[in-house]
Amino acid sequence: MGLADIGIKFVLIVIIFAISLVVAMYSTYAERKIAAFFQDRIGPNRAGPFGILQPLADGAKMFLKEEIIPTNASGFLFIAGPSIAILTACIGSAVIPWGQKLTIGTHVVDLQVTDINVGILYIFGVVSLGVYGVMIGGWASNNKYSLLGAIRAASQNISYEISMGLSIIALLMMTGTLSLREIAEQQHGFWSHGWFTWNVFKQPLGFLIFIVCAFAETNRTPFDLPECETELVGGYHTEYSSMKLGFYLFAEYINMFVSGAVMATLYFGGYNFPFMHHLGLSENWVTILGMLALFAKIFFFIFFFMWVRWTVPRFRYDQLMDLGWKTLIPLAIANIIITGLVITFLNR
Amino acid sequence: MESLSNKRKEVESKPLNFWERIYLPSIFQGLGITMKHFFRKPVTVSFPEERREFSENFRGMHSLKRDEDGRERCTACGLCALSCPAEAITMIAAERQKGEENLYREEKYAAVYEINMLRCIFCGLCEEACPKEAIYLDGDYVPSEFLRKDFIYGKDKLVEAPLNQ
Amino acid sequence: MSTFYFIAFLSIFFSILVISAKNPVHSILYLILTFFTFTIHYILMNAQFLAIVNFIVYMGAILVLFLYTLMLINLNKESEPRKSNLVKFAGVIGGGCFLVTIVASLKALGVSHPVVLQDPNLGLVKNLGKILFNEYLLPFEVSSILLLSAMVGAVLLATKDPKIA
Repeated sequence: MGLADIGIKFVLIVIIFAISLVVAMYSTYAERKIAAFFQDRIGPNRAGPFGILQPLADGAKMFLKEEIIPTNASGFLFIAGPSIAILTACIGSAVIPWGQKLTIGTHVVDLQVTDINVGILYIFGVVSLGVYGVMIGGWASNNKYSLLGAIRAASQNISYEISMGLSIIALLMMTGTLSLREIAEQQHGFWSHGWFTWNVFKQPLGFLIFIVCAFAETNRTPFDLPECETELVGGYHTEYSSMKLGFYLFAEYINMFVSGAVMATLYFGGYNFPFMHHLGLSENWVTILGMLALFAKIFFFIFFFMWVRWTVPRFRYDQLMDLGWKTLIPLAIANIIITGLVITFLNR
Repeated sequence: MESLSNKRKEVESKPLNFWERIYLPSIFQGLGITMKHFFRKPVTVSFPEERREFSENFRGMHSLKRDEDGRERCTACGLCALSCPAEAITMIAAERQKGEENLYREEKYAAVYEINMLRCIFCGLCEEACPKEAIYLDGDYVPSEFLRKDFIYGKDKLVEAPLNQ
Repeated sequence: MSTFYFIAFLSIFFSILVISAKNPVHSILYLILTFFTFTIHYILMNAQFLAIVNFIVYMGAILVLFLYTLMLINLNKESEPRKSNLVKFAGVIGGGCFLVTIVASLKALGVSHPVVLQDPNLGLVKNLGKILFNEYLLPFEVSSILLLSAMVGAVLLATKDPKIA
């Protein structure tokens, strides 16, 4: 690996970070605007044309607010909580393939930070770490509401990780690889051998389970029990103010972005789009269009997260646990068995 | 019993069938409903630039009226203060002096007349109570202020502008 | 090799912190860091699958549960019972015996040969899977049955006996 390659990787990492931060920033704007549209309102429209500068104004506000650390909070952990939350949110995007290879001059740029052969498991691990930010922050606040929020977050994440893992296993049985790049390559184009190539058409039940779990893992409504305002004031971030609160909120939006990217890659063909090699375009153009397609899919998923938020009311805690343990896990196991049977009979 | 409005519906609690139990159809139905609203025209207006028309019987800020000669109609009888359920109105009466006939219609007038706009509930009972037709709630919204004391409106803000100006 | 020594130093350092930390929650957090250094060890040995499984299962699930239970029972310095001198004495003797046993067994083993992997790619998912499901199929399945029986036992313990209740 030459110096130029390292430089390219470095630039790629910076670009991906910048993109995910900007997307997260504008997700806050989109959330408010979309919520407004769903409720027959206008939404933020004062800062700049159509309120387009609203996220900047919000960010400036977050930075300038007073920083409060409660007297009885455990100082270091109180700061470590939001830091871990945003760290785990950011590192998830490392294994996502953003596009095919791009040729610039003599250099071939792989639009993926790293293609480790346990890519899915890496994402899974990062997701399972994400709960630490919430738990540590909630515990360190030394507040009953925060602690309750943290405990809810922990049990919710652990419960839904299981069915998420099981739904992925059914997918892995079909793909036979753990590398996200290879999974994306397998879904090349849109139609081949008389069936869709995208995994969502091969694993509809698995996708349904996965998306429900993705909602639960990102703590989005209807599974936003760790921070539900009506019961727990602010949940785990009751005591937080200023940019530390901003980090928690930001981490949620980055998580949404990453989980949208994962869902697009695993089930919706990633950077593949229909007729990608029948248009007669050069490789680089196909790659760029593929990247745009991936981002279109991700934005659709982010929109879908918000759409559901303003449609479905929050679950009660026992309903949440019932759904996780009594419905999703048996469904996921049934999905694995069905997938196994189908594979066995088709291969015979 | 026979229902009066014919709107009564018998509540059934049948066990849910399979499609109702998996909830997905109703979730998609809900998503459809919210999507319908997504494309609907907003019902809100951008307030300072656009304003909704007031209805004919809108009750806004109070104004103390003058008669056709430009004299204040209020005679400081105190009926408005008495009728006020929020006790927002106070006044100090004074006797009309010689030479002030063109200012005050009656022999007694309100030297100080104050309404606390934070207490006022805009019910319009003062309007009803006034025997001299001196007070009407025909103004705009009460504008916002930074200090509580600025919400206590004296005669400078309440009395109508003189006629010939 | 220097990476190995650095990481090994870190894991020993954090594991000492685990047992010396006064606050049990801090102790768990140090344990998380210790497991994280173990993950790095696995990666250094090119055992990616084991590394990531250690990451998910130990760091992501088991320690979350540890933390969860600790938060629920809310241990702090005030409620920590004072240990009597007898308990401390017993602890020292027990630990000393353990140390002696370990040192003796290490001595009995003699000089250890540096571990050389026949196949450096053994830790990759595909190779590991092939070995697990061909050579070691029986132990693998037996251990899965062991886990299943543990789960069934836990469920049995958790459910109430209908006769008593």
